[in-house]
Amino acid sequence: MNSAKEWLENAQAMQATLSATYMEEQSNKLGRTKEELLGEMEKRWMIMANSAQKGLHGALNPLGGIIGGEAFKMREFRKKRKSYSGSSLVNAMAYAFSTSEYNASMGKICAAPTAGSAGILPAAILSAQEQHEFSDEACMHALFTAGGIGELIAKTATVSGAEGGCQAECGSAAAMAAGALVELSGGSPEMVFHAAAIALKNVMGLVCDPIAGLVEAPCSKRNASGVVNAMISADMALAGIESIIPLDEVILAMKDVGDRMDPDLRETGKGGVAATPTGQRIADRIFGRDK
Amino acid sequence: MVFDILGPIMIGPSSSHTAGAARLGKVARDLVEGEILSVTFGLHGSFAETYRGHGTDRALLAGVLGMSPDDERLGQSKQIARNHRLIYSYVRVDLENVHPNTVKFIFVNDQHEVIRITGSSLGGGQIVITQIDDFSVRITGSEPTLLIQHTDKPGVISTVSKVIADSGVNIADMRVRRTEKGKLASMIIETDESIPVKAIQTLKDFAWIHSVKQIDPNGEAIS
Repeated sequence: MNSAKEWLENAQAMQATLSATYMEEQSNKLGRTKEELLGEMEKRWMIMANSAQKGLHGALNPLGGIIGGEAFKMREFRKKRKSYSGSSLVNAMAYAFSTSEYNASMGKICAAPTAGSAGILPAAILSAQEQHEFSDEACMHALFTAGGIGELIAKTATVSGAEGGCQAECGSAAAMAAGALVELSGGSPEMVFHAAAIALKNVMGLVCDPIAGLVEAPCSKRNASGVVNAMISADMALAGIESIIPLDEVILAMKDVGDRMDPDLRETGKGGVAATPTGQRIADRIFGRDK
Repeated sequence: MVFDILGPIMIGPSSSHTAGAARLGKVARDLVEGEILSVTFGLHGSFAETYRGHGTDRALLAGVLGMSPDDERLGQSKQIARNHRLIYSYVRVDLENVHPNTVKFIFVNDQHEVIRITGSSLGGGQIVITQIDDFSVRITGSEPTLLIQHTDKPGVISTVSKVIADSGVNIADMRVRRTEKGKLASMIIETDESIPVKAIQTLKDFAWIHSVKQIDPNGEAIS
């Protein structure tokens, strides 16, 4: 399976969902039964779901100390105030913040597709399951759809911030989550790919500019906005809105943008908000370069 | 494959600076004979610049204590090392033309031998060991790997490869290096499967073989 087009053709030929088609392919390729693959996925899901809830009850202890307490604040806000973005988005953002903060605090996470973007997919699936009461089995299948979309992006372009900027990390995570959400809601395979394409386009060009080079800021907020991106992209696709540009071409466009991105804007901590006076001051404080 | 995208399972925050550092520590430790009394970590490049914010120091030490990148005790490795009376320290070094995420380990074992090992974290949790004492090597730790130190003399390669072949294991890659003609040499053999303990013992029984270490990505170090 080398493109979304090929994946879709296989699914149509098998009259199966994208997740079932991808699981069949992975099962043949890896020489493992579907039950074994589902078991392995469940193990990963437990770690994802755990990380998405660790930060909800109070601040953790991120190594750089740049972030902390965002998941808790978001959760409290939901209880006390009427939000603009609605309780499902606020809830999902709290989960995404939690995984980011737990990761920065040396907690155990499952990269999806990277550690820096690990908050987006768990937050999307966990909040969807709560809101719509999807079965665990349906959620495990949706994670395969997410994994397949991620694999397509990794094969054709990159999922590394150092290579393609944040569009390649949080953009890919959002595309994976958007596709998974559409399949969970019973959307067609075409809709899955429209959602993934829309999510990638929404953040095309986003640079990777971590303050002090650490996976804290603006990473955690981009995980929160990343899950929102996934949810609104899924809703657009489920409403019947199509991506004008097909997913395969959007992935190539994302790669092209990443290739043209200055190295200062790709995880080096030398551009974007990392290069601002405040960003530099924080870096100096953390690395003991106080003047 | 799917679990390359939804994975690895790891202790955060960084696959290169935390998970890769833990793997480097673990593979390096597996290359040392005997019990480790002390270790000095020479941190180069980005490892030296940003280790505090990424927990690189704790991850390296955790690896030396035998922990995997997903071990939840990784953040407490300094306390655990003190409990085990393992002496450790960190210094900044400039190793010149090496990968930005590079560490030089200086181990002292219970025979009071000093062992120097250099390795780099390449990203995504992938690592490579590039130097063991005077030998340039290339050990990734992702395949079962045999490291043999032996006297440089004719017939060594064929004898070792026969022992491995007789144990039913296929050799994927093999490299031989020596310090000086007729002196100490080293052999690094990557295999498709782990080599049985019995075959390792057979190798150890040859007088001209000084040490045999197997790094098994799926198991504990066998020495």
